Amino acid sequence: MSSHTPEKLAYMVNQIARNLALDPDPVGMVAQHIQDFWTPRMKHMAFALDGARLDPVVREALARLAGQYGAAAAS
Amino acid sequence: MGYERQADFGTPEVRSDTQVTCTIDGRAVTVPAGTTVMRAAALTGGAIPKLCATDNVKQFGSCRMCLVEIDGMRGTPASCTTPVAEGMSVHTQTPRLQKLRKGVMELYISDHPLDCLTCSANNDCELQDTAAQVGLRDVRYGYAGENHLDQPADTSNPYFDFDPSKCIVCSRCVRACEEVQGTFALTIDGRGFGSKVSAGLASDSFLSSECVSCGACVQACPTATLQEKAVKEIGKPERAVVTTCAYCGVGCTFRAEMRGEQLVRMVPWKDGKANRGHSCVKGRFAWGYAQHQDRILKPMIRSSIDEPWREVSWEEALGHTARELKRISEKYGRQALGGITSSRCTNEETFLVQKLIRAGFGNNNVDTCARVCHSPTGYGLKTTFGTSAGTQDFDSVEDSDVILVIGANPTDGHPVFGSRMKKRLRQGAKLIVIDPRRTDLVRSPHVAADYHLPLRPGTNVAVLTALAHVIVTEGLADEAFVRARCDWDEYRHWADFVSDARHSPEFLEPVTGVPAEALRGAARLFATGGNGAIYYGLGVTEHSQGSSTVMAIANLAMATGNIGRRGVGVNPLRGQNNVQGACDMGSFPHELSGYRHVSDAGARALFEAEWGVKIDPEPGLRIPNMLDAATDGVFKALYIQGEDILQSDPDTKHVSAGLAAMECVIVHDLFLNETANYAHVFLPGSSFLEKNGTFTNAERRIQPVRKVMEPLNGYEDWQVTQELARAIGLDWNYTHPSEIMDEIARLTPTFSGVNYARLDAEGSLQWPVNAAAPDGSPIMHVDGFVRGKGKFVVTDYVPTDERTGPRFPLLLTTGRILSHYNVGAQTRRTANVAWHPEDLLEMHPTDAENRGVKSGDWVRLASRAGETTLRVTVTDRVAPGVVYTTFHHPATQANVVTTDYSDWATNCPEYKVTAVQVTPSNGPTDWQEGYEELTRRSRRIEGGAMEAAE
Repeated sequence: MSSHTPEKLAYMVNQIARNLALDPDPVGMVAQHIQDFWTPRMKHMAFALDGARLDPVVREALARLAGQYGAAAAS
Repeated sequence: MGYERQADFGTPEVRSDTQVTCTIDGRAVTVPAGTTVMRAAALTGGAIPKLCATDNVKQFGSCRMCLVEIDGMRGTPASCTTPVAEGMSVHTQTPRLQKLRKGVMELYISDHPLDCLTCSANNDCELQDTAAQVGLRDVRYGYAGENHLDQPADTSNPYFDFDPSKCIVCSRCVRACEEVQGTFALTIDGRGFGSKVSAGLASDSFLSSECVSCGACVQACPTATLQEKAVKEIGKPERAVVTTCAYCGVGCTFRAEMRGEQLVRMVPWKDGKANRGHSCVKGRFAWGYAQHQDRILKPMIRSSIDEPWREVSWEEALGHTARELKRISEKYGRQALGGITSSRCTNEETFLVQKLIRAGFGNNNVDTCARVCHSPTGYGLKTTFGTSAGTQDFDSVEDSDVILVIGANPTDGHPVFGSRMKKRLRQGAKLIVIDPRRTDLVRSPHVAADYHLPLRPGTNVAVLTALAHVIVTEGLADEAFVRARCDWDEYRHWADFVSDARHSPEFLEPVTGVPAEALRGAARLFATGGNGAIYYGLGVTEHSQGSSTVMAIANLAMATGNIGRRGVGVNPLRGQNNVQGACDMGSFPHELSGYRHVSDAGARALFEAEWGVKIDPEPGLRIPNMLDAATDGVFKALYIQGEDILQSDPDTKHVSAGLAAMECVIVHDLFLNETANYAHVFLPGSSFLEKNGTFTNAERRIQPVRKVMEPLNGYEDWQVTQELARAIGLDWNYTHPSEIMDEIARLTPTFSGVNYARLDAEGSLQWPVNAAAPDGSPIMHVDGFVRGKGKFVVTDYVPTDERTGPRFPLLLTTGRILSHYNVGAQTRRTANVAWHPEDLLEMHPTDAENRGVKSGDWVRLASRAGETTLRVTVTDRVAPGVVYTTFHHPATQANVVTTDYSDWATNCPEYKVTAVQVTPSNGPTDWQEGYEELTRRSRRIEGGAMEAAE
């Protein structure tokens, strides 16, 4: 049954990145999107995701965002 | 107001820049050139007798009752077909005219039953009034001659009867069906004395004909020939209240015509600026649900969903609910609570629910049903234009030259606007339809699409990019508009992107299924055909690329210069009555009212000062995230006003698991809906007839909703929310919804000029209404985009992850039909079930033959998410490989089959693309049988009868 599993969150954030891939600033856009629309709990779960699951753009975006929340994104 | 018939000026209003002055019976009158003598006379207050004329349809000139004399003109011309001229002198009351009119009237009455005292239209009959007006005292011909008095009535329609014995063959009904509704279901059959109004073929009744029961014919009838059954049963109304329909986002204005506390009929109000006097079968007739026996009128609670409900007092219900919310907040934290606002409720009610959550629960865990319909519209149009709303009013379509409809079926989903669109198309506007199905707009009487692009579900972005490719590469873009109004560098970046050969119609044809030449033709027509207007619906938004599609539409409108004037624009057709309003009111978890992000410290400060609490600067949970968090064990309480997420939201098993994991689900509704199966508290709701407030329609039009009867449960919904707020410790003291609107206006810049006094005086207001736009804003972005420069966004086509394959080779797409509304909770409790008693699966003949099924057979519809059974109807409206169904009936639960894939930006579910297989079936699935048992158990009421089954 669906819940906020790491798999689901990774799917969601990778989907965002795929749709912003051609933006002039995809890292900034992905970071802003997570900042604007995800709850703190979802953000912190995202920071803890295994980087191997993530699009490189997502990894960079989460690393940038994690700093703002005093967290460290997993690599 | 008391009961008076609506004013009828006899012939339609004429628009002209030239004014003409004439005199009528010595009174001077100035009117637009082209106005008829009949209308000019009516404007002076001097009504000319008439029978075949009414101002909803064009003049006909058949009844010879409206004859006048005009100085210098021979004979006695018909005033309905004679336009006024400068200096004309008209006489409407002379002995000659009186004699002529009386003679004509004698002929009509000689073939009309003389049963006025027992007639349902007695004292509300134009024929009766006209007989009195001309002074008819005798009929010289007697009544024994050949006549039509024995003709049998057709009572097949559930809402109105047709009694030809009372018909005067004025053709008003036929013309209303043609000109107002555009269905052409009625005709005059036969000739001369044998002329008779006929619905469809000679073998048809009204019910079996193509009649869509919009009521235009009933409204046009000057006698009791076409008469509402309710008037026959209840009697003539004695008072009328103008209010707003609670069905779709068109927002039709109606007169609720009452007898005491009983609603007799809903009649479209001619002064309604959204509907201009027209209606559909839902708003006009399907209001019986409001007083249906299934209404729950007493609060109920239970400690577990396995227990029967227990009826309690309001005080006990609200006290229990408040204690539960406090317990859960203390045990799990304040983020464990949330709520869902309703697009069916008023702006004021919606505003209070989100305020309860933000100020009372202490978080932003509020979402709304727009999540599952038009949330991509909010995201896409705010990004590109700066405002989360459509750009036009409905009147704008009268100036459109090319109409592009994508992912919308307005003749079913937004029928009153659909009729206005068809009227413009009959006048010569061109039409492009982009839809997997051959909707009625593609070909219906006197309307045919110039291009129908039957795309494969899920390829909207590819098709729109291909259209842009043709426009840019063939030099058809309006670069002067783009340079003046948009960011030029962003345009160039986008133009380079769409110009790439991989976006050509030819390259994409294998992906989209759309023939390249047709797509090129459509692109050229849209770019060069004059005023181009785009209308879209949920076939755009309910995809994994819903937001991208909305932005691609905005790109197309900007690139062709079709923004900022009448006849053009980007027009989302909203599903429910107050989708726009619910979004405006701060129902999304990241936004305060007026679409200001919760991280905006300045905006938060306004609310904090008004409410005396701190606002959480972080976004809250969206509906699917609430359900996920519930199954994670961290979200425990949900207040749901006026929504049925178990039936309307995707992947039913996901929804039911989320609800089952909560400890306090509060359903505030008219009925024990499907979601209430999982509820612990039920708070009875009030219908739109029982409350005051406002709805905001798809054209940003804020319209009054007026209480026409007392709430059956004792309270309007805003009062219930207020009492719940007080129970958890908030000091709310609103005494009328107007005070809530005043607070909305103080806190929301786009509403700062809105108040009830103005709404009463002006009928409606289109936001923004503020210092910059004191009279409101029918058209947006006239001199510049709200965001400054229009933003072109590159929208790359990213295929959905929902793919067909050997196990699930067909694509299911879902939608709605004319006679039902959303989950059907309202319309299933009306006679509308006569047209649609069950959800059916549309399937192409080839796919049906391959599976050995025929129309009427039961089939199993299975996807990766789940399976259900329903019956098949075989039709070539759908393409091979595509099947279609509706979601109006809980016995089908079409959303058991849909998946949890969703729009990348907003999580709007991908209802429109589900890979499925269809196989013959002998009966319901295990899930359906289990759900039926759950429903039976869940609707038990202690000490009472079992709640009526759906």
